[in-house]
Amino acid sequence: MSDAESPTKPTLTPAAQTEDFEPVEVFPETTEMDLRPGSDNCYKCTACDVSCPVAEVDDKFPGPKFQGPEQWRLKRKEDTSVDSSIMSCSNCMRCDDACPSGVPLSQMHNTARGEYVETEMDKLSREYIRNRILSNYGTLAWFGSKVPRLTNAVMGNSLVQQINEKVLGITSERDFPEFATQTFREWWEERGGAATSKERAQEARAERGGPQVRSEDKRVAYFHGCYSNYNTPEVGKAMVRVFESFGYEVVVPKQRCSGTPMFANGMLDDARRAAGINVENFSGLLNEGYDVIASCTSCSMSLRQEYPELFDIDGIEDVSEHTYEALEYLRIHEDLEGAIAEASVSDQAFAYHAPCHGRNQGLDRQAVELFRELDGVTIEDVGDSCSGISGTYGWKSEKYDVSMQIGADMFDHMEHAEGDVGMTECPTCSMQMAHGSGYEIRHPLQLLEEALV
Amino acid sequence: MAITDDVLVIGGGLAACTAALAAAETGARVRLLAHKKSTLRQASGLIDVLGYSGSDGPFANPFENIDSLPANHPYHVTGKDGIRDGLRIFDEAVGTAYQGGHTDTNALVLTYGGTVKPTARYPESVAPGLASASGDMLLVGFDSITDFDAPVAAQHLDAAGVPFSARGITIPFPEKFRADAKVTRFAKALDRNESVSGGTVRSALADAVAEELDGEARVGFPAMLGDDHDEEVRDELAERLGVPVFEVPTGPPSLPGLKLEDRLFDALDDAGVHISSGNPAVDYEAEDGRIETVLVDQKSRLTPYEADQIVLATGGLVGKGIGSDRESVTEPVFGCRIPYPEDRYRWSESEAFGDHAFARFGVVPDDELRPTDEDGEPHFENLRAAGGVVGGAHVAHEKSASGVSLATGAVAGRLAGEEAQQ
Repeated sequence: MSDAESPTKPTLTPAAQTEDFEPVEVFPETTEMDLRPGSDNCYKCTACDVSCPVAEVDDKFPGPKFQGPEQWRLKRKEDTSVDSSIMSCSNCMRCDDACPSGVPLSQMHNTARGEYVETEMDKLSREYIRNRILSNYGTLAWFGSKVPRLTNAVMGNSLVQQINEKVLGITSERDFPEFATQTFREWWEERGGAATSKERAQEARAERGGPQVRSEDKRVAYFHGCYSNYNTPEVGKAMVRVFESFGYEVVVPKQRCSGTPMFANGMLDDARRAAGINVENFSGLLNEGYDVIASCTSCSMSLRQEYPELFDIDGIEDVSEHTYEALEYLRIHEDLEGAIAEASVSDQAFAYHAPCHGRNQGLDRQAVELFRELDGVTIEDVGDSCSGISGTYGWKSEKYDVSMQIGADMFDHMEHAEGDVGMTECPTCSMQMAHGSGYEIRHPLQLLEEALV
Repeated sequence: MAITDDVLVIGGGLAACTAALAAAETGARVRLLAHKKSTLRQASGLIDVLGYSGSDGPFANPFENIDSLPANHPYHVTGKDGIRDGLRIFDEAVGTAYQGGHTDTNALVLTYGGTVKPTARYPESVAPGLASASGDMLLVGFDSITDFDAPVAAQHLDAAGVPFSARGITIPFPEKFRADAKVTRFAKALDRNESVSGGTVRSALADAVAEELDGEARVGFPAMLGDDHDEEVRDELAERLGVPVFEVPTGPPSLPGLKLEDRLFDALDDAGVHISSGNPAVDYEAEDGRIETVLVDQKSRLTPYEADQIVLATGGLVGKGIGSDRESVTEPVFGCRIPYPEDRYRWSESEAFGDHAFARFGVVPDDELRPTDEDGEPHFENLRAAGGVVGGAHVAHEKSASGVSLATGAVAGRLAGEEAQQ
């Protein structure tokens, strides 16, 4: 590997390297994050407000500029509390991508939302309890998956859905995602775990020939997240098989929810606990040559951006710097395009939607650009709008209509696309796509598995 | 492995899109590497080429006045052929959505301040409002869109001595939105023709304006007349009013700019250009005077992008393609030389519209648009520059920003594409 392939972070402060440099402490040490520079960078161009999918359909929502820099400034007055409209932000993070001036909008929103929930929200209120349940989907799913058939039957029961709606404020318009009868982790253990993966990777490396590669260079730790573990294990299996076919040894460390639904609901304490466990379980592997791979773009977003922005945990930056989305990793480290150019699959057409969190990592075009070169595949981007569900957002009774209005453009484009199978990286976008179109939705890794394995 | 292409264009604005299209025309495999959402959404959507030079102007014909520009102006590198090639690429990319391509002569387009701007290409929605066209004009502003003060703009026009009379009125928009609603909200209401008391947004708006119309031959609105269904909105208003309606381009976020961004990115798609957006290029690796790899800061980690040829189109001081602090002026990605007076007080003049040195800051191109060092030698043999990062033009004064982007983009893109396939 050349340096280009394993780049290190450039030193942005050369002065700090010279020996006679003595840093002067100007401000007292604080554990609070300082959002002032971010606030000062805002020059009120409103590019963020124009990009906000919620503001576009909800006339009452004041938009990201208010939620971020303006609210931060208002809050300098001691008797000012965070406005309740922060709970209408869906944490799609599109404002980050729109800002020409580097204002850390989503970080400001996450912080404000955390403060609002902490200080303003009644912990016995229906909204708080509902949000806590939704944001801890992983725990819920853990119980549910113990008896998947029973859970599916119960959750699909219309009476239960009515109770959810009336008692908890969870919309009865949506069908609860079905639990798989065998979780990804159960499959992984049954298959022989890391030892089996090592063998298969070695076989693949031998078969691929070429120069002998040390196994240290081909190791990945899979962050499967909750959804591909409990609901779509076929995505996790595809990840394992595709990476093994390129000669990678896969390990699957113990893990908690990435924290995405917790950030979006202002449950920062829950998110910090989950992040602590994830960082502890993954950071030790980095020294052994492992990179962290996620198949869900919100999971990779969380590990890459939100963790280091919001939490101060040992090793958190290391994990962040070594985290990749699955296709992204293969594009950088393997000749994925070459492999796809030589492959073919049976004729199929896809309507692809780029999730907002993938968009913000610069991954919004990769699936379309890759698969349009795959023999047998027609793939079309269904536009750059947000799907509208934004994780737990579209599950809330009071947000359901807004969520469907945001998604209207995408549904319309799906209907007009040639394909009648949807494709996206994000589990909740796929729920929304299926809900609005009735299409089956697949993950790019599943098509990659079909083409290459 | 890294992500590999023939030509890598760094930037997301007009110059970058033009360079990518020009390179793709040569048959090269091209990738556009854009950081944030394109700055086109902050732009007026007008395509100016040249309106002024020093104290001369406004020019009727930009091509006849290139020679009057200072010796280090980028137009002297691209030549008139480069400008024409840039305009051709633009015209092909936007199709009938823009007008002005029938002539070399500048059109005089009304701005939201009531001045006129010499412009080479303009959106078709702007066409009926040209100052060069005859017919008295009614300008309509809304009390909820404070960016456009129609009575003031009309008075400005009158004072400028246009050969028609202009009158401005301010009326309430038929639908009430929150106080700080964006132009996009107004546009959507017109797109969807939302219901309001007494009819729909379009019919109620036409009724309100018809009441004020006093024999004027055309009616202008701030640029918010629909987004996805803009033509339909304009046609319906014109039909109900019995006179043509037009848009006056407004400040950011600008709908004509947003629409231009969509058109150009569609053209990139059609040309098969790969696009990676959302992350900034921050560093590079070079060997023997050639850039081998551009490093992109992909959320705290550097991702390598390889290409045979690189085009730098990251913009000027506002677009952050040029950086500055109290000590120096820099080009942050490749560290290309940008000349500037050592004495910081000579960077600007005391008059707001004076002949500021900073306005011309930028890299110094050789005859192939490669940024050069102190000795006039290219920093890297495979790096070219286009658009605002190139120095020598005072685009705000000359009304040449789009033209410089198109011309340098076309030339840099074509050379890069050809070179990559040698």
